[in-house]
Amino acid sequence: MPKMQLQAKLVNIEQLKNDIFKFSVEAKEIVKISKPGQFIEIRVTDQVEPFLRRPISIYNMDKENGILEFIFQVKGKGTEILSKKQVGDLVDIIGPLGYGTFDYSKYQNLAIIGGGIGIFPLYELAKEAKNNNKNVNTYLGFRNKEFVVLEKEFEEVSDELCLATDDGSYGKNGFAINFLKEDIEKGKIDSIYACGPLPMLRAVKDLAVQNNIPCQVSLEERMGCGIGVCLGCSVKVAKSPIDNPQYVGVCKAGPVFDATYVDF
Amino acid sequence: MNTEIDFAGIKMKNPVTVASGTFGYGREFAEFYDLSKLGAVITKGTSLKPRNGNRPSRVCETPAGMLNSIGLQNPGVEYFAQNDLPFLRKFDTKIIVNACGNTIEDYVELCRILNNLEIDAVELNLSCPNVCAGCMAFGTTYEGVKEVTSAVRKVLDKPLIVKLTPNVTDITLTAKGAEDAGADGISAINTLLGMKIDIEKRKPVLANNTGGLSGPAIKPVAVRMVYQIAKAVKIPVMGLGGIVNGDDAVEFMLAGAKAVSIGAGNFIDPYVAPKTIEGIEDYLERHNINDVNDIIGKVEMN
Ligand SMILES: Cc1cc2nc3c(=O)[nH]c(=O)nc-3n(C[C@H](O)[C@H](O)[C@H](O)COP(=O)(O)OP(=O)(O)OC[C@H]3O[C@@H](n4cnc5c(N)ncnc54)[C@H](O)[C@@H]3O)c2cc1C
Ligand SMILES: Cc1cc2nc3c(=O)[nH]c(=O)nc-3n(C[C@H](O)[C@H](O)[C@H](O)COP(=O)(O)O)c2cc1C
Ligand code: FES
Repeated sequence: MPKMQLQAKLVNIEQLKNDIFKFSVEAKEIVKISKPGQFIEIRVTDQVEPFLRRPISIYNMDKENGILEFIFQVKGKGTEILSKKQVGDLVDIIGPLGYGTFDYSKYQNLAIIGGGIGIFPLYELAKEAKNNNKNVNTYLGFRNKEFVVLEKEFEEVSDELCLATDDGSYGKNGFAINFLKEDIEKGKIDSIYACGPLPMLRAVKDLAVQNNIPCQVSLEERMGCGIGVCLGCSVKVAKSPIDNPQYVGVCKAGPVFDATYVDF
Repeated sequence: MNTEIDFAGIKMKNPVTVASGTFGYGREFAEFYDLSKLGAVITKGTSLKPRNGNRPSRVCETPAGMLNSIGLQNPGVEYFAQNDLPFLRKFDTKIIVNACGNTIEDYVELCRILNNLEIDAVELNLSCPNVCAGCMAFGTTYEGVKEVTSAVRKVLDKPLIVKLTPNVTDITLTAKGAEDAGADGISAINTLLGMKIDIEKRKPVLANNTGGLSGPAIKPVAVRMVYQIAKAVKIPVMGLGGIVNGDDAVEFMLAGAKAVSIGAGNFIDPYVAPKTIEGIEDYLERHNINDVNDIIGKVEMN
């Protein structure tokens, strides 16, 4: 799968929260070939500090107009600089990255579950799956009312949306996974796709294993290059021996993995 | 304008190479540009047997650079010979294999195999800071460098480059060790040993605790060392450490480097190497110099 570098023109900025931004950029060549779960690497400056590119998931692809959208939270200096860009500026991106993408083709009743800022890569998945006439059940968890984003967007691309907050201040009360569990028990789910904080991912994996349901997770790891050359972004292969652990790269074999294939 | 150089018997169309461990075996970058543009490709550190590398996290960003503790993950020389070498051979560029091992016997056996492959040269990695039992021990003393280099020299007819670690008190000593053992060239520098602490977790960010520092942050150290080495030995020096453009490359060449290599710079701009070649040409043009060889070592000290 070819990857490319583009100076992508920023055509729209939407501030979803104080510290969460949605950028829409012109990247026709990249969206033409991207798949749900893939990401891009953004260089936020043409100087050498901060040095590395930042990996950010593709949120939405408007293939018709060649627009790529991504959403990021301001965490440190890289995302801070990025958030200062204005409409009309160019954003230096490389993409699409990652060979491990969400694959739902063999299934019909999908559970898509995300937590916090981990929900961003799930939108394109839900949208595409719904367009392919899959039954899309989406479960989104947030800490509380203040953190809820993209409710309408996910509603439009889900057959059923379950939005939950840990403290019950908005939507359902409790962890999103509890509601997924109920639906699994009702026999509504035949496959699971997850992205979010590690504790959530681990719980989802356990649930999937217990119920013998195939499950894919999208993982994060610190990256050097993002294109598969530095071998910096490794995760351990679950079945490899403890005294001779084997690794695969998140930027290459991932970021989406079969949940039982890797340790996380 | 002439950009051709003869580095340690390797005839390169220009002095720009890409550094070991930052370019894989070339496949990923071949999606961005024709590797035939490069003076040479230096492969990922390759060992006799496959190595799985260190526990993650393996990389982190630091001011104007990064730390890595990959631990020489590589598929081993047999796999390289069968799968990656045929791919690299399709390009009109020189192929230099970065060789690493744990023992002198490892290095010798590996170089015996490399000697029979269609490659242009071997770069001995005596300097990786991330493998405890290995290279560092050989790489930090005159005797150590001389011993491994001599052993390898006996089985290797191809040009032999020795890559030096900067984690020493006097790099001219290890450089002389390589020269006295019959090396054809030197490359410097490998990464500087460093550490980054996550102050919230009160733990080093790298699982290995320490790692090798690279990127523009180390450039002044590298330039100084290249200058010292070039003064101390007669064999040519390949300069690297923080190069991200033609100006950086020229700086190394003025300090005494005959060739240059680009490492972590490849991560921030996939086109950095071809751009660096153009940058060197621009410099030569601006200064009315016809031959790139005429800038090597031409710094005038104060
Ligand atoms: C495959 C992938 C997809 C991602 N998708 C998104 C997304 O869609 N939206 C979003 O807001 N965030 C996403 N992230 C996390 C995002 O990359 C980090 O929040 C961001 O790199 C932080 O950079 P900074 O300059 O703000 O922080 P700093 O603290 O200044 O970053 C320092 C270094 O650490 C790295 N780093 C810090 N946090 C992370 C992290 N969680 N994962 C990997 N590297 C990190 C940075 O890239 C940088 O190299 C994704 C991460 C990965 C690996
Ligand atoms: C991720 C990474 C992996 C590396 N792996 C190797 C290696 O296998 N063998 C080696 O001799 N040097 C290795 N190096 C060192 C580089 O080749 C180079 O000497 C060093 O990074 C300094 O150059 P730079 O500042 O341009 O990156 C590695 C560097 C990085 C960043
Ligand atoms: S980040 Fe370099 S190999 Fe994945």
